[in-house]
Amino acid sequence: MAEATTPILEMKNAGKIYAQGGRRIEALRDANLRVKKGEFICLIGASGCGKSTLLRMAAGFESATSGEALMWGVPIASPGPSRGMVFQDYGLFPWLSVRDNIGFGPKSRGRTKAEIRETSDRFIELVGLQNFADVYPHQLSGGMKQRVAIARVLANDAEVVLMDEPFGALDAMTRERLQDELVDIWSRTGLTVLFVTHAIEEAIFLADRVVVMSPGPGRIDNEYVIDLTRPRDIASNAFNEWRRLLSSKLHSHHARKAG
Amino acid sequence: MSTIASDSDSSTPKASTEPVRRNLGEGALPRLQPVLFAIAFPLALLTIWHFATVNRPASLIPPPYDVWQELKDLAVGGVNDDAYSRTLHVHLLASIGRVYGGFALALAVALPLGLLIGRVPLIRQLIDPTIQILRPVPVTAWLPLAMIIFGLGPRSAFFLVFLGAFYPILVNTIFGVRSVEPRLFEAASMLGCTGAAQFFRVVLPAALPSIFTGMRLGLGFAWVVIVVGEMTGVQTGLGAIIMEARQLSRTEIVISGMIVIGIFGFLSDQLVMLIGKRLLKWSPAHG
Repeated sequence: MAEATTPILEMKNAGKIYAQGGRRIEALRDANLRVKKGEFICLIGASGCGKSTLLRMAAGFESATSGEALMWGVPIASPGPSRGMVFQDYGLFPWLSVRDNIGFGPKSRGRTKAEIRETSDRFIELVGLQNFADVYPHQLSGGMKQRVAIARVLANDAEVVLMDEPFGALDAMTRERLQDELVDIWSRTGLTVLFVTHAIEEAIFLADRVVVMSPGPGRIDNEYVIDLTRPRDIASNAFNEWRRLLSSKLHSHHARKAG
Repeated sequence: MSTIASDSDSSTPKASTEPVRRNLGEGALPRLQPVLFAIAFPLALLTIWHFATVNRPASLIPPPYDVWQELKDLAVGGVNDDAYSRTLHVHLLASIGRVYGGFALALAVALPLGLLIGRVPLIRQLIDPTIQILRPVPVTAWLPLAMIIFGLGPRSAFFLVFLGAFYPILVNTIFGVRSVEPRLFEAASMLGCTGAAQFFRVVLPAALPSIFTGMRLGLGFAWVVIVVGEMTGVQTGLGAIIMEARQLSRTEIVISGMIVIGIFGFLSDQLVMLIGKRLLKWSPAHG
């Protein structure tokens, strides 16, 4: 079905070839993806499938060697506040308190002290870290650090949040909790989320649409619209059906690769 | 649910988050123990020194008590009442002035230079090789040249102290700047902090622990080279009286000077550490 309006993010035949010591490595080939405003997209696939490359192109950290990456139809030339990134290793500034980490973006954009304070306090509250506002990152647990990282991009008015396996380093309990919170924030703010993961369950739980990718060279295989109602029950039959389907899709890559 | 408060996660084991400092409940003895231990060793050395030198008129090394008397005489007079009596503050202030002056100048040159060498490839290619070759040249080897260039007197001393403090600050600054996590630049740029702003908001704070280590080493070296620096024919300074007293065989003055340098070098290091603790309280390795 053709979409008349301009997508917030679009990949048009996007490809990336790295030259590494005389060898050419094709990280991504002919990726096409249209993301509508407010959509929650999960990119899933085995390592080397180009999902992180695609995400980093959307962020502006890397440029496409062929095709293009667009935001609102304009080529993405460099990183910018409209596309906030949440890294698996947090990327917090260790010398800044929780409050100042969250206020980093607004400060960079020349907001007044009072505005910065008001904004950071609002987002500290959104992620429930009121009691930790003046604490430094090394004093926080992994889950709390990732909350700060999320609050930091939201406080900077990001329209698109790009997440690179953000919960991959967390324990199962914290991970589930943060997934719930993320869905909650997303549904209340109308954000657009592009979320890279290698966990099938996580993708089905979070996404409106799951994009399955495969390696050698990295490319987009298929897209699945997850039509489950929210909040989603991971123990339901319908959820299991999706799990089985995506699991077989992902495993077929391995089989093909091995064979 | 207006906020997404997270009680379970907030109380996970890592919640040693409140800055807890509980030294209550501990008695006085465990706290005194390190002090007692720290005193025991020098006390033993003093004892050996005492018995090795006392009642030996021919000995060139005076017993501890004579040194103590000399130290008192240098500070407040009333023992020998000779040319050295009550001159300690003059020499001490002269040395402190050179140590901190040379150190400040070293910092003023090494810090910006280190930041540039660390961040700008062109400057690194241009300057770094020269510095790497000059660096192993000991400060003492510069002495004759310094005296030719700067003449006899305080300017040569100042230069040598500067040189002693310069390299540690420079090398550690370069190291600090070059080992900033690349991730932090990505984080800054996606938050809208780019170009020169990154220098002040990412590079400088991230390199601060290293810069600080360099400053601490640099100040230590400044104290180390002060004696060499003051061998260049200056009239005042702890190094100057040590050299002068050596020629007069006044070993008790030599040792007094050494003790004063040791104490003030230690105090100045403690001061730097204190500043560092405040400045780097965010860093698990320092705060």
